[in-house]
Amino acid sequence: MSHFEHSSDDSTSKTGLVGELKRRLRAGDGGLMPILIGLVVLVVIFQAKDSVFLSAGNLTNLFVQATIFILLAMAEMWVLLLGDIDLSVGYMAGLGGAIAVILLDPQFNWPWYAGMLVAVVVTTLIGALWGTITIRLRLPSFIVTLAGLLGLEGVLIYVVDHQGTGGSISVQNKVFYDIVNANLSPLLTWIFVIVSVTVFSYMIFRKDQLRRSSGLESVSLAMTTLKIAALVAASTMVVLIFNTNRGSFTTLEGMPYAILVDFVMLALGSFILTRTRVGRYIYAIGGNAEAARRAGISVNRYRLLAFIFTGFTAGVAGLLYASRLGGVSDGIDGGNLVLLAVASAVIGGTSLFGGRGKMIYAVIGGLVIATIYNGMALLNLPAAEQYGATALVLLVAVALDSIARRGNAVGR
Amino acid sequence: MMSAPESRGTATPIASASATGSGASSSPSLLTLRGVTKSFGPVQALQHVDLDIPAGQVTALIGDNGAGKSTLIKTIAGIYPPTSGDMFWKGEKVHVHTPRDAEALGIATVYQDLALCDNLDIVQNMFLGHELTRRGLLDEITMELNSKKVLSDLSVTTVKSARQLVGSLSGGQRQSIAVARAVMHESQLVIMDEPTAALGVSQTAQVLQLITRLAARNIAVLVISHNLNDVLAVADRIAVMYLGTLVSQGPVAEYDTASAVELITTGERASASLARPA
Repeated sequence: MSHFEHSSDDSTSKTGLVGELKRRLRAGDGGLMPILIGLVVLVVIFQAKDSVFLSAGNLTNLFVQATIFILLAMAEMWVLLLGDIDLSVGYMAGLGGAIAVILLDPQFNWPWYAGMLVAVVVTTLIGALWGTITIRLRLPSFIVTLAGLLGLEGVLIYVVDHQGTGGSISVQNKVFYDIVNANLSPLLTWIFVIVSVTVFSYMIFRKDQLRRSSGLESVSLAMTTLKIAALVAASTMVVLIFNTNRGSFTTLEGMPYAILVDFVMLALGSFILTRTRVGRYIYAIGGNAEAARRAGISVNRYRLLAFIFTGFTAGVAGLLYASRLGGVSDGIDGGNLVLLAVASAVIGGTSLFGGRGKMIYAVIGGLVIATIYNGMALLNLPAAEQYGATALVLLVAVALDSIARRGNAVGR
Repeated sequence: MMSAPESRGTATPIASASATGSGASSSPSLLTLRGVTKSFGPVQALQHVDLDIPAGQVTALIGDNGAGKSTLIKTIAGIYPPTSGDMFWKGEKVHVHTPRDAEALGIATVYQDLALCDNLDIVQNMFLGHELTRRGLLDEITMELNSKKVLSDLSVTTVKSARQLVGSLSGGQRQSIAVARAVMHESQLVIMDEPTAALGVSQTAQVLQLITRLAARNIAVLVISHNLNDVLAVADRIAVMYLGTLVSQGPVAEYDTASAVELITTGERASASLARPA
């Protein structure tokens, strides 16, 4: 415990763009910087070993591969922020996918939206059930959802095997199949990206502008411009990748619908977490549940809500997973999926102890995991080495994060 | 038992609820307790406590471990409803049974653990549970402006930015934020439990200054402390607890270190120690 004030140690800090960036990095507020650098390193290694890696076809494939990790990591994010965990999201996704596949099968022949809606409602209710048991019986969510993992695996096997199709059912519905396997036209891709970039740039600009005009300390106009320019540059690059013809015999171009789903879930999740009371309270409970309770926040209500959001997101993930695999089998490894989901969230910078994490972390973490799998598969490396590399990245990410956090907590 | 130096020390509830004439204090009492008793089963943690807390003054509650200080503030804060006895707020009889009741009256409590979320920034902590919204969305700008105003009113100048994470602040700064949050919602009585217990010298001075600033803004402060030097430095009034009983209360001028220690340890004071310079 120091007797000195820590407020003065930054009095000599530099102003201007570079100084601002440096300061934020040092304060552990660099956010995504370390993991983005790590991602670039991975990309450089894989590209050096195999020049196919950075081809438009492979990159698009990588984004699609990452989708399941990204969405499951987003599902996990809600409970991780509370310091809870849901080990059952893998099988929740599997079951949700199975329900949709079966309801859209010619034997029931439901409309695609109804079948998908029921699937997502079921996983949402499962999330609500785990939440209720955890809260009411005051059990650790780890154990409740571990039981959930085992139980849902049983349910999945029962449901799939009951179709009498030999342990797997395939997607027959065109819309369902197209979620992952069809693309927006290049023009629609451009329109979608331009509209979202415009909206997002406006939000960034307005937020910074409002802070400046209210006399609150804020980033400079140059910094705002830099942020927006980076956004535009990155988006343009992504569009160019997606809009490159990656087919060998037929034309194959445009952004896969799956990416659209990722984007919508990212926007929705970030909006709830940063702009609403619900999000604020989830962070508060994850940071200090007792403080939240004394502030008059109904802790149990928001914990339940987080479990419900987890179930919902896992259901959406399941739909995309089933679409990508072209069906659901009773052999889905939901245990492995959930571990990779948690790994994605943590690699992105989420704390397992609650209170720290953002939806974008799930995206970055999911991309890192997909990059490892994709790159090592290109190099024909065996599964053993893929697991080894994933393990290493996970450890390094957590270690870096821990060091950054210690640097951040000097004042105490 | 009632060896208090004041003239009035009977345990009977006052007949009229208006001006309560709290002994040597000139200003009328903001919060008045009469015959407040709190039992936990057979254990009487508080016995017929009569306490007067005037507005705009710092009242220090002192006493040994287990004397009932914490029980008393928790009773006032609505965490432990009293077993018997009456509470008067600005002369009106009130029933405080939950923390919400206390908050509605304008009583805010800063507990020893401060109840701050380290992962949230100063603004987010100050408005926690009371967020301002515009069209359903968090109104960050207004909340930040309001927070900064409260902090500057209280002359809390050591924090760099209102958007700093509370986890990165020093102990004194954290205490200041907890106090600022307490007074932000129109509180008229702020109860502080051991505000300087974990602080170093300069940060203790910071917090003591903050306490006197609250009083200057006509907010009543009830502060529990073990540190007699701190107490004698900032308190306008002193109340001494001994084994669940309020044995003495009055203006700080009537006490010195020796008499306070005597009251804390024995519940009585020898007349010789009166008015001897500390």
